[in-house]
Amino acid sequence: MSRMSGWALYGKVGRKSRVVLGGLSILLPLLIWSAVSYVPFIWHPQVLVTDPGGEDYLEEGMRMKRADFERAVQEMHAAGQKAPEGVPVNPVYLPSPGGVFSAFVQAFVQPDSHGPEKSILQAFWHSIQIIFWGFVISSVIGVPLGVLCGALPALSRLVEPSVDFLRYLPAPAFGALMVAILGIYDAPKIAIIVIGTLFQQILVIANTTRKLDFGLMEAARTLGARGKRLMFSVVVPGILPDLYRDQRILLGWAWTYLIVAELIGTSSGITWFITQQARYQHFANVYAAMALIGIVGLGTDMLLGFAARFLFRWKQETE
Amino acid sequence: MGAGNGMTVDYRVLPPDVAERMARIKSRDVVLRVENLGKVFAQRGRETVALEDINMNVHRREFVCVVGPSGCGKSTLVRILAGLEQASSGRILVDDKPVDGPGPDRGMVFQKYTLFPWRTVCQNVMFGLEMAGISKDESRRQAMQWLQAIGLERFADSLPHQLSGGMQQRVAIARALAAQPRVLLMDEPFSALDAQTRVRMQTHLMEIWRKIDITIVFITHDLDEAIYLADRILVLKAHPGRMEEVIEVPLSRPRRAEQMTSAEFQATKAHLESLIHTPAEETADEFEGTEVPLLTLVTDVVE
Repeated sequence: MSRMSGWALYGKVGRKSRVVLGGLSILLPLLIWSAVSYVPFIWHPQVLVTDPGGEDYLEEGMRMKRADFERAVQEMHAAGQKAPEGVPVNPVYLPSPGGVFSAFVQAFVQPDSHGPEKSILQAFWHSIQIIFWGFVISSVIGVPLGVLCGALPALSRLVEPSVDFLRYLPAPAFGALMVAILGIYDAPKIAIIVIGTLFQQILVIANTTRKLDFGLMEAARTLGARGKRLMFSVVVPGILPDLYRDQRILLGWAWTYLIVAELIGTSSGITWFITQQARYQHFANVYAAMALIGIVGLGTDMLLGFAARFLFRWKQETE
Repeated sequence: MGAGNGMTVDYRVLPPDVAERMARIKSRDVVLRVENLGKVFAQRGRETVALEDINMNVHRREFVCVVGPSGCGKSTLVRILAGLEQASSGRILVDDKPVDGPGPDRGMVFQKYTLFPWRTVCQNVMFGLEMAGISKDESRRQAMQWLQAIGLERFADSLPHQLSGGMQQRVAIARALAAQPRVLLMDEPFSALDAQTRVRMQTHLMEIWRKIDITIVFITHDLDEAIYLADRILVLKAHPGRMEEVIEVPLSRPRRAEQMTSAEFQATKAHLESLIHTPAEETADEFEGTEVPLLTLVTDVVE
């Protein structure tokens, strides 16, 4: 091909193929998953016993390795008894797309909890609150501090070395400490998200602030801007689009700390739901819960990205 | 040294009208005074003298151009005048008051487009007024007047990136003027523009300068531009940056493009070239020993 294609290094992808590729990126994994689940000869390493026949140790609904099952069938044949029957299945930890989908739908159709068990939505709502407060608290500290560090070299020298040290400490390492200080309920979980996000946030935002076009600063200074006015009339509006993008990335970061945070103290939220369902071997529910996290995370990010197009039109078009 | 077309014209001899105008300029107050200005850059223990003993007086409504070879520190000079860099010695006075740091009394137009991309054209022009504590409404009113004056009121609500480079620089000029500086400093403002736009901008700038009480210090490396625009040209030489000569341009005003072919213009340019290009030119070293070997057939000639 003489024209630049999307498969050439740094090539270009046309509008139509962009849509096709985007669709494929979702469809292909689903197709593979469906094939593995529904086409019996592709994987299916186990057998689900539907009729134990004459074999004593078999029960209906039992899963076993295919080789073991075939041995059992041969034994029964040899003994002249009724052979066990079964269908080939995948391991319990790989439910079919249909199973996961119906579990997902079930979560919305039947939102009420039964007994002490929380439904997937209730559990997830709790998680979202943890994320929200963790991210808000982190941002209230991190954004102003980051911007100030970026704009004031002296403050940057004072703050950033210690922050650089702290960010290498894994947030989960603070788990026990946070429980000791903040108790076992939601506070230590929020604290873990804050710890996981805040230090990165300060450094990332300080860097973004430092990248402000210096020419704009100089122009503003020759026009009489100084101090607070310079800060709020030039620095803040100038970095806002990049700051917004940083916040989007950092929100994703906060999500990655959620699971760890929720295991601390009394386990709660979507993590509690996932571990509980896994214990019951309801893996369709586990996948549904994981999918929910992914969908909400991606959805939020897409929404924020979409909003940015309207908020920062000047930036979009200059790039 | 004579002009190329056979006539021998001394660039130092001012025609009567120019001499008279020059005398008038010199009778006006000095707006910008530079006294024994020096700048030393210290880097890794080594000191480089960028500017040494610069003295100049710029009179009210005078148009001064600063030229010099690359590395003569002309950009450093204008940045010090703007207060963006600190002088190592000497001082700068605006209206006989020493200045320190940037201030609205010295406006600046940069080589790079430095309009605030998130502000509309009008909001950009309003910036200096807002910083001076003038109310939004009054700032807007004055900004619109400035835009009208330079013929850009149609674009008041456009964003900078929607304008061409030339128009962006016009807005930058309006933005600097709106803050009502005493001196307008211009650091190679037109060098990023294409040749045609540059000529139009020069004419436009002179038109503005003629109608507005503003004093201009204009940095350029384009000798034609300097001669075309300036009343006086300050020539710097490099290593260290020092004053070489101050030339009074022997061209009458208003300036017209035809003057560029006149004997006075050519004589001035020839002299400037001899000042700037004759001393062992460093840039020549970069090309030394770079004769390209013949990579085609000897018979395949293009000239």
